[in-house]
Amino acid sequence: MTRKQRRLSVIAGGLAFLGAATGLTFYALGQKASYFYMPADLTTASLQPGQRIRLGGLVEKGTIERGQGTTVAFSVTDNQKQVKVTYTGILPDLFREEQGVITEGIFRPDGVFVADSVLAKHDENYMPKEVADGLKSRGVWQESKK
Amino acid sequence: MVETGHFALVLAFALSLVQALVPLFGARINSQKMMAVGGPVAVTGFALTALSFAALATAYATSDFSVANVWDNSHSLQPLIYKITGTWGNHEGSMLLWVLILSFFGALVAAFGSNLPATLRANVLAVQGAIGATFLLFILATSNPFARLNPAPIEGRDLNPILQDLGLAIHPPLLYLGYVGFSICFSFSVAALIEGRIDASWARWVRPWTLVAWMFLTGGIAMGSYWAYYELGWGGFWFWDPVENASFMPWLAGTALLHSAIVMEKRSALKIWTLLLAILTFSLSLLGTFLVRSGVLTSVHAFATDPTRGVFILCILTLFIGGSLALFAFRASRLTAGGLFHPISREGALVLNNLFLTTATATVLIGTLYPLVVEAVSADKISVGAPFFNLTFGPLMVPLLVAVPFGPLLAWKRGDIFAVAQRLMAAFAAALLAVLVTALFIDGSSVFAALGVGLAFWLICGALTDIAVKSGLGSVAPGVMLSRFAGLPRSVFGTALAHLGLGLTTLGIVGTLCFGTEKILSMRAGETVQLSGHTLRFEGLYPAQGPNYSEDRGRFALLGADGSTTAVITSSKRSYPVRQMTTTESGIKTIGFSQLYLSLGDEATDGSVVVRLWWKPLVTLIWGGALVMMAGAAMSLMDRRLRVGAPSRRRRSAGAMPSASLP
Repeated sequence: MTRKQRRLSVIAGGLAFLGAATGLTFYALGQKASYFYMPADLTTASLQPGQRIRLGGLVEKGTIERGQGTTVAFSVTDNQKQVKVTYTGILPDLFREEQGVITEGIFRPDGVFVADSVLAKHDENYMPKEVADGLKSRGVWQESKK
Repeated sequence: MVETGHFALVLAFALSLVQALVPLFGARINSQKMMAVGGPVAVTGFALTALSFAALATAYATSDFSVANVWDNSHSLQPLIYKITGTWGNHEGSMLLWVLILSFFGALVAAFGSNLPATLRANVLAVQGAIGATFLLFILATSNPFARLNPAPIEGRDLNPILQDLGLAIHPPLLYLGYVGFSICFSFSVAALIEGRIDASWARWVRPWTLVAWMFLTGGIAMGSYWAYYELGWGGFWFWDPVENASFMPWLAGTALLHSAIVMEKRSALKIWTLLLAILTFSLSLLGTFLVRSGVLTSVHAFATDPTRGVFILCILTLFIGGSLALFAFRASRLTAGGLFHPISREGALVLNNLFLTTATATVLIGTLYPLVVEAVSADKISVGAPFFNLTFGPLMVPLLVAVPFGPLLAWKRGDIFAVAQRLMAAFAAALLAVLVTALFIDGSSVFAALGVGLAFWLICGALTDIAVKSGLGSVAPGVMLSRFAGLPRSVFGTALAHLGLGLTTLGIVGTLCFGTEKILSMRAGETVQLSGHTLRFEGLYPAQGPNYSEDRGRFALLGADGSTTAVITSSKRSYPVRQMTTTESGIKTIGFSQLYLSLGDEATDGSVVVRLWWKPLVTLIWGGALVMMAGAAMSLMDRRLRVGAPSRRRRSAGAMPSASLP
């Protein structure tokens, strides 16, 4: 191979590599990005069975049930609709009634959302941003909820 | 004192403007006097910023609640250490720390740069001054930490309990030393572009600064990871959280820079690329600062958010990234390329390293920014988490890790891959053995787990092979070998140590992810639980009182084979009355390199408590490996060749010669 050919093959190899990496990245974004919904969005959203989503809203008052041992059930609401959520594990320290929460998981066929992670806010001043924005856009945001 | 601090900060801003303009102009008209202004101004600016920082720290230490920032983030009952660390446990204070470290690095260039060409030094200080000026303006205009309250409140609002931890004393300063340390590389690059040339002293200077910044960034990220691991109570060491990514991207790019700077220094090739990489690395640091500080992300790092701050940082970001890249586009063609090499060579291996690392940086960047872009162009809110990064970052890292042991053994210019493969036979055999032992005796259920362990051993043994081969193992007498070993340049040890550390971290990650076990159950006092051969007995909950919190301590006894208690592990639920916040303190027992990790959940009405416990095999190696990497960087820094400011009086020692040329 001449020097020119060699250089070209190196460049071609590099470009092929970058192309493959780009392809993989966009494939992964399509497959693995999880969408954020609030309960009222779910009526219009078209979800695949078994699709992972993040569900956010407020923990509805009086719905927290601690079942046998480690499984907890509660409802997430955006003051329009509510969704029943179950979660096995330890809830975050700042998980409380009428506080913002983001759960991630999949819907069971019976419509119960099975969460494998539950995020509450990081400290008492803030609500998860997605939840706060969602509540504001619905006009149910109250400054006192901060 | 507080007003003194504020005033000092204003003065520092004025001086940084002088530092940004006068030496730059002096370098253009070739005025020695004007260029000489840079040094003393940089040192004075640092002294003033330090005074300002000290003023704020004093206000914190003495609980001066007439300062709004102190009132918002401190409490008189806090232990002194958290009062002091609280200085940077908030937006304003942490930006002040950022600027303090920036001006510190500028002062270092001024103090040790006497042997740099005068124009280069002047330009570097000017760029450093310009960065300092914008960030000082940012603090003074949008984030003044010295604002007073009148009347002064009697008591403060307490520091966020999550931050009341020793981690706050270590993680942010280390991380900032890394983040901001790359500003020096950036300033050198921009200075070189302004001058339109890169000379030998440029590479000799940039490499050690990269090493210093990289070393601190490694430590900062590792410390942040360990802190999140034990403090959040989720048992994870890395969450692919955008904020973590914000610090990981400069690390990846900085690692690439570290390697390309070697090529540039030794072979004066890849000049333009190295320069671009230096710009990109600091740009990613700036981007990280923007992501974390602007409030576009929700995280524990996003303190009180204020939209004007986000816009301001975005302007700084555009100014420096856009400006430096534009300068690069105009001037890069003036720089001469040099040093041809064969694809199979040390240079080739380092280019491969750069290709993989920059691509990995790009995937992390895309994964981090994609949700922001999607939200901006459509109403959809998406999150990109671990599944995405595992699918993209993972496949990119594996071939790179496989290639790592080859790199240092290849000769410069033209290497012999087969000869290197022969030298690595022993390491390969060791890796294969590790795969077999794992699959046959420990856990044969996952092929990937066994291969992962093999990869880690490949890296570790490859690093040891590097040292052995360069000391002449198997080809010279033991006595000669010993003296060769002692005579190896420190940078050879540095490389081997860093690669060894990478292997240890890999081993820790594979061990924890593939062989870890987990249980969630509700326990009553007196009940026992088994996990991976360990027996734990829950002793009960005991109330206790801390300086500014009360807690319920769950005591767990680790039982030996005969049923006697060998250790007590406590995990507690703390409640901080001032912020009405509870936190969970996880209970951790280190056994060998592994850890037993438990965290306490809520108490049920029947008196039982939810407990989540993990067995995390080899988990401490994740951070131990990072410490070894840092030691490698420190070792490289001690190399005489790299010593900052040391003119290269001594020739390179024989050991620095490529291994392939050894007999």
